[in-house]
Amino acid sequence: MEERTKTDLENLKKQNGSSVVSLLQEVQEKYNYLPEELLREIAKERNIPLMDIYSVATFYKAFSLSPKGKHKVVTCSGTACHVRGSEKVTREISRTLGIESGHTTEDGLYSLENVSCLGACALAPLVVIDGEYHGSMTSAKILEILNGHTAGKKENGCCCHDQGKKENDCRQVSLPRA
Amino acid sequence: MLNLTLNGLEISVEKGTTLLEAAKFYGMEIPTLCSDEALSPYGACRLCLVEIGTGNHSRLVSSCTYPAREGLTVRTHTERVVQARKLLLELYLATCPSSKTIQDMASKLGVTKVRFKQKHEECILCGLCVRMCAEQMQGKAIGFVKRGIKRRITAPFAKKSEDCRLCGGCMYICPACQARCQGPQEKSPICNACLNLSAPCLDYFEEAMCYMDPCVACELGTGRKAKAQS
Repeated sequence: MEERTKTDLENLKKQNGSSVVSLLQEVQEKYNYLPEELLREIAKERNIPLMDIYSVATFYKAFSLSPKGKHKVVTCSGTACHVRGSEKVTREISRTLGIESGHTTEDGLYSLENVSCLGACALAPLVVIDGEYHGSMTSAKILEILNGHTAGKKENGCCCHDQGKKENDCRQVSLPRA
Repeated sequence: MLNLTLNGLEISVEKGTTLLEAAKFYGMEIPTLCSDEALSPYGACRLCLVEIGTGNHSRLVSSCTYPAREGLTVRTHTERVVQARKLLLELYLATCPSSKTIQDMASKLGVTKVRFKQKHEECILCGLCVRMCAEQMQGKAIGFVKRGIKRRITAPFAKKSEDCRLCGGCMYICPACQARCQGPQEKSPICNACLNLSAPCLDYFEEAMCYMDPCVACELGTGRKAKAQS
């Protein structure tokens, strides 16, 4: 792999005692997913069987082997959220972003995920966007938030600026209702 | 040495011996699907269940992973154990009816019906191949991925592993690979052909020695020799 792997591996080699899980967590945080080549390199460098790494990577839901979106939208379908209509909210997000739960938009900006409980049942139905909790959601409210989210990115310039890309490189998710 | 009671027999075994090993050593057969002498115990198939303790305090444990303890009372073929094993085999037959090993075991334990929804899996997740690869072949080319109902055995990224040397150890040890006698896609989920053995002999001659002797039919009392003698 290219240079990014090498520098990463240098860093990873420094923390010797860390387990596979914390290693993978770091990779996941950095790239938003676990690149296959990187896992292979890690296995070789750290002398851990690739199979062990792969087992751990597929066991935990926190790890993904395919690229995740830049912004994570998490909907809750726990009991409390379900009875208060999380299904409708999820459907609305799904329709707005044009993706099913567990998928990522084509431009790689949003990924939608459904979890069983977020542990904040008093706020049901709950949607978490990039770690920000939005409670008592309705279809109308979530649309507003999603619109605001994409619009906010436009105002502050492109959301991909920190990655050194040009503004035009970043395509916004087109929303049906502004 | 540890002293314990195995099926009413006072036995003594070395420290660190598992109950399965102890029973095997004293000639008591316990069926297993996931254990092998050369591999570490795993406790996946649960067929080696035995009852430990007495009275209301008895419980079922997997004998392959349970180390012998001083003064332990072990019973390998109680009603409870046999029922549990039969139920497990029914579940195995419902999962993987194409395996000869499982079919043979079912016939041996007298399982004649399957009350569960029929599936046709090729793997029972016993983990023998994974342990074979890691422990005997030092390969670690295959392993478990995902979890729960999605758990399965595969190589990393579902591609041929660089660690695989094509030794075939995984297939050698697999209890689900060998197709059952009438072929893998028989309609009935259960074979039981071994239970319906008819005697191969046509006649019994007092003077002539039977070329089949000893024969299963005579052992079971259905052969001509057994009938003539009774």
